[in-house]
Amino acid sequence: MNIAVMFLELGKGFITTVEIFMLTLIFSLPLGLIISFGRMSKNCILRTITKFYISVMRGTPLMLQLIVVYFGPFYVFGLQLSRSYRFIAVILAFVLNYAAYFAEIYRSGIESMPKGQYEAAKVLGYTKGQTFFKIILPQVIKRVMPSITNETITLVKDTSLAFVLSIVEMFTTAKQIAASETTIMPLMVAGLFYYIFNLAVALGMELIERKLNYYR
Amino acid sequence: MKILEINHMKKSFDKLEVIKDISLSVNEGEVLSIIGPSGSGKSTVLRCAAMLEKMNSGDLIYLGEYAAHNNTEGKSVYMAKKELRRFHKYYGLVFQNFNLFPHYTVLKNITDAPMTVDKVSKKEAEERAMVLLKKLGLEDKKEAYPYQLSGGQQQRVSIARALALQPKILFFDEPTSALDPELTGEVLKVIKELAKEKMTMIIVTHEMQFAKELSDRIIFMENGKIQEEGTPEQIFSTENTRVKDFIGKFAG
Repeated sequence: MNIAVMFLELGKGFITTVEIFMLTLIFSLPLGLIISFGRMSKNCILRTITKFYISVMRGTPLMLQLIVVYFGPFYVFGLQLSRSYRFIAVILAFVLNYAAYFAEIYRSGIESMPKGQYEAAKVLGYTKGQTFFKIILPQVIKRVMPSITNETITLVKDTSLAFVLSIVEMFTTAKQIAASETTIMPLMVAGLFYYIFNLAVALGMELIERKLNYYR
Repeated sequence: MKILEINHMKKSFDKLEVIKDISLSVNEGEVLSIIGPSGSGKSTVLRCAAMLEKMNSGDLIYLGEYAAHNNTEGKSVYMAKKELRRFHKYYGLVFQNFNLFPHYTVLKNITDAPMTVDKVSKKEAEERAMVLLKKLGLEDKKEAYPYQLSGGQQQRVSIARALALQPKILFFDEPTSALDPELTGEVLKVIKELAKEKMTMIIVTHEMQFAKELSDRIIFMENGKIQEEGTPEQIFSTENTRVKDFIGKFAG
């Protein structure tokens, strides 16, 4: 197999990698915010449930979570799901897992906000919703950006775990080629792909952070 | 006309009784200063009036309308949340540490509440804001962010922010305590200006000379109670040794 073909094959897998990455981010970032509300809720039951959820998501391997989400419907409900459920299961597991991490990041940001901001908004007559979305959230986003960047970079590398459910993303392809051609070259190239992808992610995040730097 | 009336206010934090039965009222155009040692409950009175804290007991009345009243068991009962929103219109509060919104420009800090809360058009909100900024000598700062301003400028912006909602009464919670003497002067000047225009105000302050010059009435608070109340002349020539002592310390 020549280098060009290898790049082409890895490139195909790379598209799947990017898909998992994008879909996970799109769904887990807002879901994380909702979960963080539950985590900070005054309702004791809701708070306990979300706390437990977060601790399970952070306390067990993502690989195991992928398997549970994929096989769960069959073992628990006897559901026969089509093969296309595989990809959905991957996204679902990734979203559920990352949302838990994001929830804790949001919480740290929200709890670090000075009480005075809430009080000023309250005296001015803002509703709770207006206070949160106009005053608090924009400042929280700025505060949590570095932590979000960290998680996002980890996500890029975690996408390789999709192989557990036989989703052919880049790392799976690289391993297959490596095995059939008895060379570690494809793995090195895959590593390079991840690195470049993450460089781009870091650069993008840095741009956003710089944009948010218009105030202190 | 009475803008604000507080009857028999009591407030405890856990077991600590901070306000022990305070009654006061403020007439339209009147400037009331509250002085007294730290921890005497001055700020808590304002915070209860601004409904940042809920009193345990007492009536809170704005322009004859009850925001809260004492029930038969002597506990404060507040109006429903929806009803209470109406009362926010009546007052503004200026904080000791400004609490401006750091992610908004000076102009947006002033226009956002009228637009969001009162649904004032952007054009009108900006016109109002420019009038206020001009008055407070901050026209050239309208595009600046709070972090680019001095403490005195920030406090003036926060006064403008409160005024933009056209409140009937303005509360000042130690407005100059976070400022050095020079910056204190520029903020006090603004408050004096407002007093001249007959803005109704309650000012919690440690600036004795200022309170003396400006107030129609002064309340001296200690241990959660009003110890002395009267015109500046009465307060500054009181025979009450505790008040005398306190004021004397400031007069130097």
